[in-house]
Amino acid sequence: MAMSAKSSELTRARVRSAWLFLSPMLVVLALVAGWPLVRTIYFSFTDATLSNLSDYDFIGFANFIEYYEGEWYGVIVDPDWWRAVYNTIWFTVVSVGLELILGMIVALTLNAAFPGRGMLRAAILIPWAIPTIVSAQMWGWMLHDQFGVLNAILMGIGIISQPVAWTASPDTALWAVVMVDVWKTTPFMALLILAALQMLPSDCYEAARVDGINPIKVFFKVTLPLIRPALMVAIIFRALDALRIFDLIYVLTSNSRDTASMSVYARQQLVDFQQVGYGSAASTLLFLIIALLIIVTLMVGRVRLGEDPR
Amino acid sequence: MRTPWYAKAGFWLLIVAIVIFAIFPFYYAIVSSLRSGQALFSSSVWPDSVSIANYVSVFTGQPFGRNILNSVVVAVSVVAISLFLGVTAAYALGRVTFRGRGLLLLTILSVSMFPQVAVLSGMFELVRAFGIYNSLWSLILSNMILTLPFTVWVLTTFMRELPKELEEAAFVDGASPWVVVSRIFLPLMWPAMVTTGLLAFIVAWNEFLFALTFTLSTEQRTVPVAIALLTGATQFELPWGNIMAASVTVTVPVVVLVLIFQRRIVSGLTAGAVKG
Amino acid sequence: MAEVVLKKVVKRFGNVEIIHAVDLDIRDGEFVVFVGPSGCGKSTLLRLIAGLEDISDGDLMIGGKRVNSFSPKERGISMVFQSYALYPHMTVYENMAFGLELAKSSKEEIRKAVEQAADILELTPLLDRLPKNLSGGQRQRVAIGRAIVREPKVFLFDEPLSNLDAALRVQMRIEIAKLHKDMGVTMIYVTHDQVEAMTLADKIVVLNAGNVEQVGHPLELYHNPRNLFVAGFIGSPRMNFIETTVDSATGDTVTMGLPGGGRAVAKVDGARVKSGQKVTLGIRPEHIVLEPAESMVTGKIDVIEQLGEAYLLHVRLADRSLVTAKIPGDAPQKEGDEVTLGFDGALCHVFDEKGSAVPRIIAAQAA
Repeated sequence: MAMSAKSSELTRARVRSAWLFLSPMLVVLALVAGWPLVRTIYFSFTDATLSNLSDYDFIGFANFIEYYEGEWYGVIVDPDWWRAVYNTIWFTVVSVGLELILGMIVALTLNAAFPGRGMLRAAILIPWAIPTIVSAQMWGWMLHDQFGVLNAILMGIGIISQPVAWTASPDTALWAVVMVDVWKTTPFMALLILAALQMLPSDCYEAARVDGINPIKVFFKVTLPLIRPALMVAIIFRALDALRIFDLIYVLTSNSRDTASMSVYARQQLVDFQQVGYGSAASTLLFLIIALLIIVTLMVGRVRLGEDPR
Repeated sequence: MRTPWYAKAGFWLLIVAIVIFAIFPFYYAIVSSLRSGQALFSSSVWPDSVSIANYVSVFTGQPFGRNILNSVVVAVSVVAISLFLGVTAAYALGRVTFRGRGLLLLTILSVSMFPQVAVLSGMFELVRAFGIYNSLWSLILSNMILTLPFTVWVLTTFMRELPKELEEAAFVDGASPWVVVSRIFLPLMWPAMVTTGLLAFIVAWNEFLFALTFTLSTEQRTVPVAIALLTGATQFELPWGNIMAASVTVTVPVVVLVLIFQRRIVSGLTAGAVKG
Repeated sequence: MAEVVLKKVVKRFGNVEIIHAVDLDIRDGEFVVFVGPSGCGKSTLLRLIAGLEDISDGDLMIGGKRVNSFSPKERGISMVFQSYALYPHMTVYENMAFGLELAKSSKEEIRKAVEQAADILELTPLLDRLPKNLSGGQRQRVAIGRAIVREPKVFLFDEPLSNLDAALRVQMRIEIAKLHKDMGVTMIYVTHDQVEAMTLADKIVVLNAGNVEQVGHPLELYHNPRNLFVAGFIGSPRMNFIETTVDSATGDTVTMGLPGGGRAVAKVDGARVKSGQKVTLGIRPEHIVLEPAESMVTGKIDVIEQLGEAYLLHVRLADRSLVTAKIPGDAPQKEGDEVTLGFDGALCHVFDEKGSAVPRIIAAQAA
């Protein structure tokens, strides 16, 4: 709304104080998000190192890609980086997919009326409330190759004949990560889906029941289309979250190359190898990937923003 | 229409499966934490020993009490600052129409989806420049990027729900926008603030990447870092008993809080996400 | 004390014009009621006067001063909202004191003002309660009390009684009327209930689609509606409209044929219409009698509605159109009976093709 002479004192006072109220928040946000992001992108074009952050040279795109004495160097040609990209995307697709299916089952269960529903909802909140590091350690112990309870149970019922090194073997390590993430995040998914389910008009269902339509058909023909917008939001939130996964992988599979995600790779370059420039280049690439996804999402999803308060 | 018995049984079986899936790991952590010495390697799912040796050793072997205090200080400070900055911003974003509001909301939403790694080197430089490396201040500063956008977003959705007439009645009574926020909306926003604060607290309490990167000494670590880096007598042997004891110690209060406030938390989670 | 003057006031939301150049003169101490169907802009007009919405064009004067850019406080108005809008976390006392407190009045002054208002509204025993512990009527009183204590120059009401049940509504209506008499302050009142409008107003403003259709004393609107809209809106059951053509028009008499061989001889300005012209005849249900008269029409009873003190006959005429008659007492007829409806030409209204009323010869007082 323009602050023309026509707007009243009230409108002008509100718009003026709106900016006043916003400014401290915007300053802090610029300080903790805007500036560091700009610096990170800037560092990705330099050869800065962690031991001396103030002394660096501008080296253009060399951190990303460079041809030097017959060989290509840089993040873009680093097989470890591409391994990390692959791991991250694989993890995102598999874990979000499983969370969606399991979350839907849990939400449908919670949506039914039965005694003890509140208790069940409380129970599924527990995994969500447990800090990621703690759940990584708890599962690390359960998945322990020698003394883990999971191996004991599986051997007890004869599914496996000898202990599996879940978190150490490259074949199963990422599955272990997926398992823990699914355990921890399914409740979030379930609650979002449940909220969507509870907003559905009940007369649709009564009509369907009167017409005697098979419940499974009702689910696919009525429920699913109606909650699709909410599902999309939940999937996008979770996917963006999964793409930046760090702590679970870092703790559960102890910095192994086979399971490193993009975030793990970037931090390793940055902190463990002290190569701020190179690490920043990887961070910048991750940022670009996520930014691209956000933009596509916002354009496709037409997220409703800034509409008038009622 | 009568539900056949096998459908009922299947339904209850499903519920039992969900409950076991949800609480077994936590249950097993408690059971393990109470086993010491050789008992730890029993891998039975039933509690067969009660010993608090692991709890004693986790607090004596390293400054774990201090680590808990660090986490509390960081999380409480971050929540307090975020709520203060968030509630005024939420009034502006939720109730005033001005040019650029949509873009601002979009920016804030995007920041809440930033990968932390993307700001890591810039944040490192900032932390060094302020001379707060290896201090809790560095964590308070860096955690703001996680909690602030989220707090603003959730409070904005709550702020929109308040009736418009209340604000108008206050204007007619001669209130300025600041009076409206502080005297009318703030008292009404308490439930929302508690919810949002609790969610932000959990986010800050769980934060790992910044805490791992910006602290060095054991005394400055927060709980997640302390638990991740817990070491045993020898370098090659992880002290699983201690890790489980530490895990249970820091998780029980959070779980209790969540169970007490479960209704509020569910509404806060869905307000932040569904209404976006 | 203040009069309120609107000069060509326009309100636009984006490109959509909601209020079209409204001119209005409200005298000091007058009780003015805005009525109209929902969406006619009456609430918007009130909010423009309150300062809760920006005026897009034109001038608003309160007490002789142009106040377009003033905040609600600076305009010296107070307002009672439809939803009461009491502050839920404050007691009745704090709710009423809030405005004075913000105006930096002394504690003593505030106490006196609140207690006086509480006394007038019989709220004294409730001063320590929270709004959630009050009944609907009590909340309404607190909302009024909050408006009184600030001693406004202009009092605004936005459908204040629509959330109350019927009995309470009548009681509060009387109290508001009394309040106006005691305070003598300018009051502007928005409602969609024409009974409230008729009983409370010194002056009614009938709004339709963002335009003022007519302004006047309640009886003036009843007897001399300026057009079809006002004629149909004021009065219940609503005025009957019969489309017809003019047979002959002389000085003070217009004669029209009615369906099924009936005719109407209306006492209106004959110079305004010509014979053969299409017009609409208007006659109120309460002005119809069940005996032959100079003006009369016959038809078959479709439905009878008993009201107790009177009954309504919905009569189907020869051209299938319906006419409603309101007759005192109990109905002796049954549905399907033939009846003759007679009426006094002096009580007839005639509207031309554009819907404007042809002036009646015998003025309002005739009834």
